[in-house]
Parts: sequence; C-alpha cells; structure tokens
Amino acid sequence: MPRSVPTPPADAIVAESLVKRFGALTAVDGISFTVRTGSTTGLLGGNGAGKTTTLSMLLGIVLPTSGRVHVLGTDMVKHRYDVLQRMNFSSPYVDLPRRLSVAENLTVYGWLYGVSDLKRRIRVLAEDLHLTAFLDRPTGDLSAGQRTRVALAKALLNDPDVLLLDEPTASLDPDTADWVRGYIETFRSRVNATILIASHNMAEVERLCDDVVMLRDGQIVDRGPPQDLIGRYGRQSLEEVFLDVARNRRVAASAAGS
Amino acid sequence: MHGRDVFSFRRVGAFLLRHLYVLKRSWPRLLELAYWPFVQMILWGFITTFLVQNSNWVAQASGVLISAVLLWDVLFRANLGVSVTFLEEMWARNLGQLFVSPLRAYELVAALWLMSCIRTVISVLPAAFLAVPLFGVSVFALGPVLATLFANLLLFGCSVGLAIAALVLRFGLGAESLAWVAVFALAPLSGIYYPIDVLPQWLMPIALALPSAHVFEGMRAVLFEDAARWDLAGLAFALNLVYGLASTLFFLRMVRVARMRGLLLQQGE
Repeated sequence: MPRSVPTPPADAIVAESLVKRFGALTAVDGISFTVRTGSTTGLLGGNGAGKTTTLSMLLGIVLPTSGRVHVLGTDMVKHRYDVLQRMNFSSPYVDLPRRLSVAENLTVYGWLYGVSDLKRRIRVLAEDLHLTAFLDRPTGDLSAGQRTRVALAKALLNDPDVLLLDEPTASLDPDTADWVRGYIETFRSRVNATILIASHNMAEVERLCDDVVMLRDGQIVDRGPPQDLIGRYGRQSLEEVFLDVARNRRVAASAAGS
Repeated sequence: MHGRDVFSFRRVGAFLLRHLYVLKRSWPRLLELAYWPFVQMILWGFITTFLVQNSNWVAQASGVLISAVLLWDVLFRANLGVSVTFLEEMWARNLGQLFVSPLRAYELVAALWLMSCIRTVISVLPAAFLAVPLFGVSVFALGPVLATLFANLLLFGCSVGLAIAALVLRFGLGAESLAWVAVFALAPLSGIYYPIDVLPQWLMPIALALPSAHVFEGMRAVLFEDAARWDLAGLAFALNLVYGLASTLFFLRMVRVARMRGLLLQQGE
C-alpha cells in the first residue's frame, strides 16, 4: 500500500498534559510525551499505572478529561477519523469475532481500512505470520498464540503509519514471542512506522524500543532509552529498573548508582 | 483519502459482510430467525379458523389476525435486528476493534439498520408465504399499501432497537434483556389486534404518537373497508422520521458518553 503522507511530522505522537479521571479515580495524571516518527517507544508500568488508558486516549476511544493528543499532526479528540485509517491497534484484551474464519476477519477489517489488493495483502501477511494453514479455520478454534498472530495480522493489514500494541507477545511461548518481535522490527524498518508498545515484558522492551516512558499511578516517573535508564539506575537490566520504579526506590537506587 | 470520507458505503458493507458471514456459517441462526414468526402464524391461523365461525368481526376479514401478527413480527424482528446485531459485537468483545477502525458511529448506525432489514426479511417472509397454502391468507393481498406498512414498522422497530443498543452501550450487558422485552410495552398501545378506540381516553395521545398504531389502523382499513389510507401511512412515516432521528442522536450521544467513561474497550461478558 502506498504511504499516505510523504512528509510526516517529526513527532508522530504528541501528548500534552493529559489527564483522565474516572469519577474519583485519576487514571492518567498530567502526562506529556512525544514519540518520534519512525521510532519504537515502550510504555512501561505496573497494573493500573495508566498504560491502557493512555493508549485508548491516543486512539480516541477514551476522551481525556483535559490535555491534548495529536497523532500525525491531527487532534484525536476532534478529528480522529482523519487519521484512523493510518493507524492500527492490537491488544489481547480486545478480540476479533471468533465465529469468523481468519480470512473472513481479515477481509472485513481490510474493507474497513480500505486496503487495496486485499486478497494479495492477506496472502502475504498469512505467509509472513505463518497463518496460511489457518485461514479457513474459525478464529475461536485457534490457540492463544495463533490468535495473537491473527490480531497482529489485522493490525498490520493497512501498513499503519502509527501502530499501537498492547502487550503484543502476551500468552506466546518464548520462541513465538521472539519471532513476533523480529517481525515487528522488520515491519518498522520496512515502512518507517511509529510504534508504541505497552508491555510488562522488559526483554521485549529492551530489544524493540528506542525510548521508554515509565508510568506509575498515572504519572511519568522517568523516560529515556533503555540503556540510559539502566545506567542511570545503576542496574543490570530494565527489569531491575522497572522494579525500582514500581516500588518507588528511585532515590535509593540513584544514590547507590552514584 | 478514504479515512476522510464523510460516509463510506465500503465501511458499511464491511460491517454487513461481518454479519452475513455469521449467518452463512450458522444454519441454526437462520432457522431461529424464521422459526418464531412461523410458529406465531400457525397459532394465529388456528385461532382465526375458530373465530371465523364464532365472531362476526373476524368473519368480515378473516386475514386480520394473521396479517396483524405478521406485521407485528416485522416491528419485533426489526427491533431485534438492530439490538441483537449490536449485542453480537459486545458478546464477541469486538466493539473496541470497530471503534478504533475508521468506521464512523453513524456508519455503524446505517449498517445496523441495513442488517436489520436483511434479518427481518429472512424472519418474516417464509411465514408470510406459508400462510397462503396453510390458511388461505395472503398478507400480500393488502396490495401496494403493504409496502408502506412494512416500511413504517421496519423503521420504527429499528429506532426502538437502536435506542436499546444505546442503553446497552451505556449500562453494559446487564441491560441486554431489554432487546427482547422492551418492545412489548408498545404492543397494547399499537392496536395490533383491536382498534385503538378501545383504549382509555388518557392513553390515546400516547398511542397516536406511535407509528405502529397508525400502521395497524391502516391495515384494518384495507381489510375491512378496502380503503388504502395513505394519510395514515404518511403520518406514520413522519413520526418515524422523528423517532429515527431521536434514536440516532441518542445512540451517538451514548457513544460519546462511552468514550468519556472508557467503556468501549471494557465491553464483554
């Protein structure tokens, strides 16, 4: 599919002072960050840190209480339909219809996203993601790992400029997860896509992400390239950094590191 | 660029395709659609056979009860056509995928209405045809006015179904039973089997505000007086425009509320 915009903005995603409150609960508390076009950024945080709410606001399916979200230069609160065709999304918590076959699901979403030469595109994706043998099987009959690959195929159908992935390798065995990460890397380099990944898997984030935004209680507590964060906290791995952040040990860790 | 299309028939077609795939794959679903209207027709066919011999009113127009039950099923099935199609997205936890796709909320409304037309025709047509050989009653004998009766009931059923879908979106699957029961609140006021003159005076304004009441009056005018009451059809259509617009605005409002409350990714059992 030809790229829609020849000169994309420097920052594909811009979030400014984003706040989301659900009644008394503040899920996202004034976060600001940018994601450079063509980069992969990880959104890290424990359960309830605000990752999914942030992704949802970037997609425009949750309205912020205050603040601004721009994707590909478009205000996602007011004009999200201008860019939704250039975005896509995958999450293990949002299903595709299980009664439809894999090919039927991909056909329906191909129509929704206006994918040209759809049969060929489905065939190529099925080959790439090792789904050819399952194309005619009901999606609900597949294993969790196979369904994750189908969801990824749906997310890549339109060669999105901006791809949001919520735990893209959840429920995959290590071998398949490693393979999927490789495929995401290949996809990004092929189309210069901007990818934002919410994940609990630190090895995945270290491998895929140029930049990491760390969330706790709806606030950004740190950000930077994975190796910078590891060095700054004086740790050996991003997982140790994550634990420091999750347990609010940053000061101690920083002091120890210095 | 397609994403900036104000309205896309391709996206509406994608939603229809998704549900036609489900129907194509499941013959029990197809059978279920036609089953209840058929059973209703049989039941009222026998009641008609009995009443023709014992009631002057029914004897004047033997097809009145079967016609009424078939037309009521148009309203009921059109309501289910919208609400159950929407519920299927919630049961499948697919709503989030739809709302992050370029499908606009009002395209979803259009697709739900079109899907409801398809489901209603599949539901009611077999029973309507079988009534001819089984009981000698042809609803098609209503003539050209039948098209207006059918269309008005279809539109009203879709409006009711869309309002229910909006409530389910707002309050979750706990409200799903509304899809099957809410429409029956309209039955006594619609004068399906009796003229609305029999209603208490204080209920008359409510009945007259329902398109269905004018449709069934129109049906009886054809069957008893051989008169095509286009005025009633026009009145029902005008009311349907109001209900259609109101239900669409209500649905769009509930989509916005769902976006404010973060409900779109949380739907499901």
